[in-house]
Amino acid sequence: MDWLANNWALVGALSLDHARISVIPIVVGFLISLPLGWLAQRFPITRGFVLGGVGVLYTIPSLALFMLLPPLLGISVLSELNVIIALTVYAVAIMVRTVADAFASIEPSALRSATAVGYAEWGRFFAVELPLAGPVLLAGLRVVAVSTVSMVTVGALVGIQSLGYLFTDGFQRRIVPEVMTGVVMTFLVALVFDAVLVVLGRIIMPWSLVGHTPQRGGA
Amino acid sequence: MDLFLDALVWLLSPEQYTGEGSLPQRTLEHLSYTASATVLAALFALPIGYFIGHTGKGGTWIVAMTGAARALPSFGLILLLVLLLGVSQRVTASLIALVLLGIPPLMAGAYSGMQQIPRSTIDAARAQGMTEWQIVWRVEVPVSLPLVLGGLRGAVLQIVATATLVAYVGLGGLGYDIIQGIPLRRFDQTIGTALVIVVVALALDAMLALATRVATPRGVRQGRLDDVRARESGSRSAPVATVASSPEKEITQQRKNT
Amino acid sequence: MTMRKKMTGLAGLALTAGLIMSGCAADTGSDEPIVVGSQGYYSNEIIAEIYAQALEGAGFEVERQFQIGQRDAYLPELESGAVDLFPEYTGNLLQYYSPETTATQADEVYAELAGALPEGLIALDMSPATDQDSYNVTAEFATANSLVSIADLAGLDGLVLGGNPELEERPYGPAGLLETYGVTVGFDATGDVTVDALLDGLITLANVYSGDPRIAEFGLVTLADPEGLFLASNVVPIASSEIADAVAEIINPISAALTPEGLVALNLQSTKDQMSAADIAAEWLAANGF
Repeated sequence: MDWLANNWALVGALSLDHARISVIPIVVGFLISLPLGWLAQRFPITRGFVLGGVGVLYTIPSLALFMLLPPLLGISVLSELNVIIALTVYAVAIMVRTVADAFASIEPSALRSATAVGYAEWGRFFAVELPLAGPVLLAGLRVVAVSTVSMVTVGALVGIQSLGYLFTDGFQRRIVPEVMTGVVMTFLVALVFDAVLVVLGRIIMPWSLVGHTPQRGGA
Repeated sequence: MDLFLDALVWLLSPEQYTGEGSLPQRTLEHLSYTASATVLAALFALPIGYFIGHTGKGGTWIVAMTGAARALPSFGLILLLVLLLGVSQRVTASLIALVLLGIPPLMAGAYSGMQQIPRSTIDAARAQGMTEWQIVWRVEVPVSLPLVLGGLRGAVLQIVATATLVAYVGLGGLGYDIIQGIPLRRFDQTIGTALVIVVVALALDAMLALATRVATPRGVRQGRLDDVRARESGSRSAPVATVASSPEKEITQQRKNT
Repeated sequence: MTMRKKMTGLAGLALTAGLIMSGCAADTGSDEPIVVGSQGYYSNEIIAEIYAQALEGAGFEVERQFQIGQRDAYLPELESGAVDLFPEYTGNLLQYYSPETTATQADEVYAELAGALPEGLIALDMSPATDQDSYNVTAEFATANSLVSIADLAGLDGLVLGGNPELEERPYGPAGLLETYGVTVGFDATGDVTVDALLDGLITLANVYSGDPRIAEFGLVTLADPEGLFLASNVVPIASSEIADAVAEIINPISAALTPEGLVALNLQSTKDQMSAADIAAEWLAANGF
């Protein structure tokens, strides 16, 4: 592991770059998918269209999306913006369905009670619907975060500096520890994002800690 | 939009369909990598997933593994394996990486497929006098089929997408023309190939969606199972997204048929 | 209402964090420091690092933007002035700007390149060091078939050429081999594992950069190119015209001191000794009296 001992600074810098590139798709993706998903479950007519649309987007392999976005948006193929937009598209594709299902899973009686108590539409959304959907939203967001971190590495094929650099450079120079470090660090960064989200979830939704996972019907 | 027109012209020109490296050839290569990896992954993952689902032990392990697999960068894995196994083994190395990608969704599909069968159904079968094996083959497997197929769909999706990257280590597949086209600045080639990849991926996904619908036993399709599940579980705020295969399927697997 | 506040607060925080970070990402550096860039190629990065350290040693402020990738990625940056100095290779760069060029000799290529460069870019003095495409075979294969130049391959069957995927379409690829030397080859896009593929017997002919230390390490035989299929490709610093005069004094002596063998040795330090570009550059500069 001499290589690693000599290259800590590089690995650290790349990890930070990697994290930085990952944050925007996760945050923006979440913000875009909230209204879209909510719409899909609130107005069932739109559901098929919205979910079908994001389903198609999710199916597109990342390399293909990196090629198709630039001509559509007039940006350069080999730019960070290309990768960030593509990853945001994936984040939305994953998250919209979760959002729709999260809101759909709320007991109608809870919503009716809220209205009975006096909440207006928006107030009810923020005070009742969103908190109730919270745990499922968080679970979906964790999936998005981890997938995004992992997919940033494919950006190496379009020249984007991230931990993916360790893959291509290590491959070129046949330095196994370098590639290995890249894989492990990407994995770790993903875990960190996941842990941060879990902690955030506990802070924002302290009630979700009480009695969560139902016992399965097995054994 | 010019670029898309160029790409269409490139797609329609007869050169792409003849000789070495033609689009049909690349597509076939791509599909064969996908098929082999999926089959191998299924051979490994389905029995284990069924077993864990049937006995009910080890569920949390599957959840953790699925999450962990999603965090592994597949591109790095391919390069690492080729470095370790040597270039003459690049096909094996790439296949291993693809198989590793496909295992979690398949295993999770089999597991959750088994899990969501209500105890009462199993008890009824047992009451009728079926043996353990009969229960597995005549009740559990068919009823779990939709979720297993959902897992298959997720696995194929991942594998098809990642198979575009194996061109980097000198294999074929549809990714080849993109990886070649970037340094050559042939955007008609990169965009045209990207379009083909999208069509192939969508076609596979649609076929599997159809298969899932077709394979769902009529009774299950009517959503009875869904109601039973909701009654049994009680709490609605289960972190369902952590279990099972492709993210979009994760929720639907626990709720309704697609 | 606390929930609502928490959510809004958090959302705002996250958005701000994201925007700030993206703002940092968009910062391409001011006009003050000299921005030195490099290709997505470890050897090129070493040379760029040498330029960077030399400039720093002379009192300039330097910003590094390494591993930008392929020409498509960094040339626009160079042309727009976002990057000021870049190590390049005469022949390959000339082919990029003038695909139809017929120049092959080193001086010819350099002269034509100077004319082919767009406004705002200047080629400083080129170095004797080269890093160009070359066709190589294993020592055994060369001896068994008495190969000295590419022309000697003409009669052989079942040859497979390996290299980057784009080699298949390059003028000096399979098409050029056939046209210039009457050599027929199949193609295998071995990319970064080309040398391994050659050693393993997967391919018979490999496109290996002349600066690659593995040619010497594995005793590969570089076939001579009498017909000039490959353009000579010497290391040449490309600078934006604003700073060209300022840096020429420092960079030109460095280019002169970089020899072909010297470059191979640098590359060896990177691959075999796994040293970082920064360390290699520092050592070279010290050893050569800079």
